[in-house]
Amino acid sequence: MNEHTQKTLGELKDMLENGECSAVDLVKKSLKTIKEENDEINAYLEVFDDALEEAEEADKRRKKGEQGALLGIPIAVKDNMLIEGKTVSAGSKILENYTASYDAFVIQKLKESGAVIVGRTNLDEFAMGGSTENSAFGVVRNPHDKTRVAGGSSGGSAAAVAMGSVPVSLGSDTGGSIREPAAFCGCVGLKPTYGTVSRNGLIAMGSSLDQIGPFANTVDDVELLFRVIEGHDPKDSTSLLHPEFATADKNTLTIGVPRSFFKEGVRSDVLEQFEATLEMLKTAGHTIKDIELPYIKYSLPVYYIIMPAEASTNLSRFDGMRYGLHVEGKDLLEEYKKSRGKGFGKEVRRRIMLGTYVLSSGYYDAYYGKATTVRKMIQDDFTRAFKDCDAIATPTTPSPAFTIGEKEDPVSMYLTDIFTVPANIAGIPGISVPMGSVTRHDKKLPIGFQIMAPHMHENTLFTLGRLVEKKTN
Amino acid sequence: MERMIKIEEIEKLAELCRIDVTEDEKKSLASDIESILEYISQIQEVASVESKPEVGVHRNVMREDGKPHKSKLYTESLLKSAPKREGGHVKVKKILSQNQKGL
Repeated sequence: MNEHTQKTLGELKDMLENGECSAVDLVKKSLKTIKEENDEINAYLEVFDDALEEAEEADKRRKKGEQGALLGIPIAVKDNMLIEGKTVSAGSKILENYTASYDAFVIQKLKESGAVIVGRTNLDEFAMGGSTENSAFGVVRNPHDKTRVAGGSSGGSAAAVAMGSVPVSLGSDTGGSIREPAAFCGCVGLKPTYGTVSRNGLIAMGSSLDQIGPFANTVDDVELLFRVIEGHDPKDSTSLLHPEFATADKNTLTIGVPRSFFKEGVRSDVLEQFEATLEMLKTAGHTIKDIELPYIKYSLPVYYIIMPAEASTNLSRFDGMRYGLHVEGKDLLEEYKKSRGKGFGKEVRRRIMLGTYVLSSGYYDAYYGKATTVRKMIQDDFTRAFKDCDAIATPTTPSPAFTIGEKEDPVSMYLTDIFTVPANIAGIPGISVPMGSVTRHDKKLPIGFQIMAPHMHENTLFTLGRLVEKKTN
Repeated sequence: MERMIKIEEIEKLAELCRIDVTEDEKKSLASDIESILEYISQIQEVASVESKPEVGVHRNVMREDGKPHKSKLYTESLLKSAPKREGGHVKVKKILSQNQKGL
C-alpha cells in the first residue's frame, strides 16, 4: 500500500500542480509497491521498463503548461488491450510472445491524457472466467485474503488497485469481468453502456457483450477515467455515433429491486448488507420499489450460448500462421490442430467447442436462434422496468470471494456471474460499489452493491454510487 | 442416464474447431459440455412470443473510401509476428494434398 494510491485523482492532480510531488515520484511509488507485493499477488504479468521515462515525459509536459486529465497518473491495463510495441498475451500461451502492432483506442486516449501505463495485468485466458484461475500465468491472489481469488476475468486490474499499486486501472467486462472482481477486491468498477467505449484493439471474446471500463477506489475516479476513454471511434462499427449521456437532474430517484430474482442463493450476511444499503438510500430520499423481471432468470443460460458462439468465431483467427504459437505438423490441418490444441487452455477449448456445438447445423435454431429471441425478451423486461424506475439494484455477487480451487465444475463457476450478466445481455451500464464486508474465517471480505441504469444513464450510477460509498466509508 | 454427448461427437467437434484433444480430455470435455448443455437447455421452456431477435439499434455501417495508407507502410510490423515468412509473405504448408489434385 502506498500513501499516494489512497488519494483520489483530484487530490493527486492538485499535488502534481502544486509541485508537492512529481509524476516520477508517483510512478516510483507504484513500482516499489509492485516489487514488494506482486510476487505473492500476481496481479501484474509485466511491469514496463519505460514507465519511469514516461513519467519524466509527463513531468516535462506539465512544465510546458499541459493539462491532460491523467497527466502523470500511473495506471495498469488488463493484458487484453493492445499497446504498440508491448507484449499482449490475453493470459494465453498462444499469444505469450506476441507483440502488439498498434495501440487500442483506449490506449491512445490514455496516452493523450498523459497517463503513465506501468504494466499489464493478469486475467483469465482470453477473459474467460470469474477468478483468473484460467490464466496460463497463474492465479491472482486477493489482497484482502491471499487464500482467495481476486475475481475475474479482470482480477489483475482489480487487485492492482486493491493492493495500492495504482489509483486506477482498466478492465473489460463481457458478463461481469469488471464488476465481480471489483466487488471481491473492494473497489469500484464500471461496465459502461455498450458502444460508448471503443473495442478497437481489445482482444475480442463475445463481441456483442464486451465492453472496456475503469476500476478505482472511488466513484469520482471511475467517472473521471470513463470520461477519458469514452467517445466515438470509426474503427469500431458498434461504437455509438453521437453518444449523448442523460443528465442526472432528478433529486429523488426510484430504485427497482428484483427481489424474486435473488431470493435463493445469496448468502444471508450479503443480503443483510444489501438491505441496509437500500434503507440508507431510502433515508436519503430515494424510493425503493419491488419489481419483477420475468425473463431475467434466463440471462445466464442465454449468455452461455451467445458468448461461446461469438467466442468460437472470434478465436478462429488464432491459427498459428500469422501470429502466435506455431506447432509443426505433417500438413496444414495438423498444424492448425496442434497449434490451437497446445496454445489454448482448458476453459478456452471448452468454450470454443460449446460455441461450435450451439452454432452447428441441427442445433442452431434450438440454441443460438432461441437464445437471441430470449435475449430480446430480457431486454424488453428492462425497458418495461425502466418506465417506472431510474435504476435497478442487486448485490454484485451472491457471496464474497471464494477460495482458490473451490469451484471445480464449470457451471458452479458460471453462477458467480448471475447478477452481472443481465447488464451485458441488455447492453445497459452497471457499476459495483463496495457496500461493506462480511467475515469468513476471521477475515473481513469486501462485497459489492450493483446498480444498473438505462442505456446512456451512467450519471445515475455515479449519483447513487457516491451515496453508497459514503455509507460504506 | 444415457449421455447426451458421445465421445464421437466430441471428436467431431474437435475436428470442426481445429483443436487437438487427448483421449483423457475427451471424457472430461464430454461430461463438462453435457452439464453445461443441461444448464443452458432451460431456455427451451420459454414460450416464444412475437419478439424479433435484435441487439441494440441496427444500422448500416458504411463509409466513403478514405485515403489509403502508403503501400507497405505496415507490412513489416505485421509480418514480424508471423512464425514463418518468405519475403513479403506468410509462409504456410501446402493447402492441397496430392490426392486432392485436380479438384
